[in-house]
Amino acid sequence: MKFKLTFWKVVFGVIMVLGMYSMGVRYFQGIGAVSNLSDQFPWGIWIGFDCLCGVMLAAGAFVVTGVVYLLDVKRLHAIARPAVLTAFLGYVLFIVGLLVDLGRPWYIWHQLIYMNPHSVMFEVGMCVMTYTTVLMCEFSAAIMERFDLVKPLKIIKACMIPLVIAGVLLSTLHQSSLGSLYLILPEKLHPFWYSPALPFFFFISAACVGLAMTIFESSVSSRAFGRQLELPIIVELGGYLYVCLWVYALLRFQDYYHRDQLRNILHPSYESYFLWAELLMALIIPLAMLSFRKVRLSGTGLYVASCISLLGFITNRLNVGITALEGSSGMHYHPKWTEASITAMIVAMGFFIFAMAVKYLPIFEDAHHHETPLTVQAHQPVELPVETEQPTMVN
Amino acid sequence: MSKAILYDATQCIGCKQCESACAQQNELPYDDKVAAESVQSEHKFTVVLANNDKYMRRLCMHCEEPACASACPVGALHKTKDGPVVYDVYKCIGCRYCMVACAFGQPKYEWGKLNPRVRKCIMCPDRVAQGRNTACAEACPTGATKFGDRDAMIAEAKDRLRQNPDNYVPHIYGLNEVGGTSVLMLSSVAFESYGLPASEKLGDTPMPDYTFRILSRIPDFVPLWVLVLGGVYWITHRRELVAVTEARDGGNQQGGTK
Repeated sequence: MKFKLTFWKVVFGVIMVLGMYSMGVRYFQGIGAVSNLSDQFPWGIWIGFDCLCGVMLAAGAFVVTGVVYLLDVKRLHAIARPAVLTAFLGYVLFIVGLLVDLGRPWYIWHQLIYMNPHSVMFEVGMCVMTYTTVLMCEFSAAIMERFDLVKPLKIIKACMIPLVIAGVLLSTLHQSSLGSLYLILPEKLHPFWYSPALPFFFFISAACVGLAMTIFESSVSSRAFGRQLELPIIVELGGYLYVCLWVYALLRFQDYYHRDQLRNILHPSYESYFLWAELLMALIIPLAMLSFRKVRLSGTGLYVASCISLLGFITNRLNVGITALEGSSGMHYHPKWTEASITAMIVAMGFFIFAMAVKYLPIFEDAHHHETPLTVQAHQPVELPVETEQPTMVN
Repeated sequence: MSKAILYDATQCIGCKQCESACAQQNELPYDDKVAAESVQSEHKFTVVLANNDKYMRRLCMHCEEPACASACPVGALHKTKDGPVVYDVYKCIGCRYCMVACAFGQPKYEWGKLNPRVRKCIMCPDRVAQGRNTACAEACPTGATKFGDRDAMIAEAKDRLRQNPDNYVPHIYGLNEVGGTSVLMLSSVAFESYGLPASEKLGDTPMPDYTFRILSRIPDFVPLWVLVLGGVYWITHRRELVAVTEARDGGNQQGGTK
């Protein structure tokens, strides 16, 4: 096979080189040397993005496996495995992010012997460990199929329902506990984001993101890997997303109403600009778009609405993790370039491993599975973003 | 008997003897340069802030129910029965949740080190265990920093407020804030003007309560949620089983039982 140097490969290479350099600095000179973290601002994008957003974006697995295996919606089965893969990667990369952010990562196993059940962070840690294991078991089916390991495959398939139940349970606990982390800061976290309902918001928004992320990933991989777009599946997910977004929007509104914040959020301020960006992208634009039947039935429409919503929810997590703490810390935080480059490297690794897994493992069901009459042929498999016609140099 | 530090800002002359004694006790460098620093850091656990001729000491408040100790996933921070909130570095994984959780911004971090520690005032636990005063209280030439039983310190603070009401803001900072602290403060100017969080904002509820309200529900929630999820599975799949059976029986005997 001939290696073609393309624009995206160059971007990937540059990100990896810069990221590795920053990793080197981090492990030879300490966190202070690579980041803008300080005593006033001890948590930055490694927590705000790598952890909070990483876990949120991995929510597709518990939503889709729950719907497919527990609610028995078999027609969505085709997307269960890609969703599990995304989540597994999300969690593994989240752990990589954690190993960068922890000051003493070599003692991460202390979590198992010095337990403090009063700590939300303890709950987070235990859920990460167990849920990553569950995802690994769920995903191992793909590897076993690839290598024709009939017996272990049988065992895993027999365990699937308990695994799915464990996965949904652990996700419920874990997604919400990331919100609970911030409950201990009633006087530090800005009132736009501090709410006693924070764990519930984190959980419901994770469900929204799980759906949006699955739509996003089905659309992108249909383009990138020249596969058919499972339009009926995406349309169904889009319907669920529409409902979930309304539920979340309503709860946020009620929360602001009961905490007397409605007037404050309309008043321009540093925090309210970030809040507007968040609400506009996460809720208002996607809800407006999805209220049109035409958009709900169109692959492109659903894709665009999901992307905007995802950006909105990412903004939400960054707002909770960073913006909301700036006021009380008395400073503005922005990541140092080396700090951001490590995050970029982790994201790039995620895309890379996903592409490799799709290439070598049975992730997507093959074309011959598409017996559903509704399946629409993707309008001419669009070209790989990895192989687009950007200035290319042939080796 | 739980101990406490009573700091009376009206008696403080800003001599920084407490800073120097603290540095010596904790084996930290202390020279003119460090003395001039007006922020707490990994090498300065206590600081005397000056505002004209008024002073204010900042140090770990040693909460009765410390947020940092409840936040720490590995229990590296805990409150001893004597009062000090102490740190076991060998347990720490470096997540810095304690720093985020502390309402007073007290835990500081060794950002430049490869095996960094959380640093803060630990109220000289060895001295306290021996029945001695903390280094700062012992060094204080005016008695602005006093050390003793918390109840006695509260009684003394109330006494001073009663005897010289004009000298003070009528409030003992730390008596009830976040459920009470083992550092009590008296001052003639508002505590907020030195960067201490306002009492109204802190409230009297211990910070760990905010998270424990949720955490304490988990043991009940887990079996319930498993039951619901398992039940949903059972119902949806039974429906499917019934449909299959009915389809088969329907073919055989003209409409099976429902």
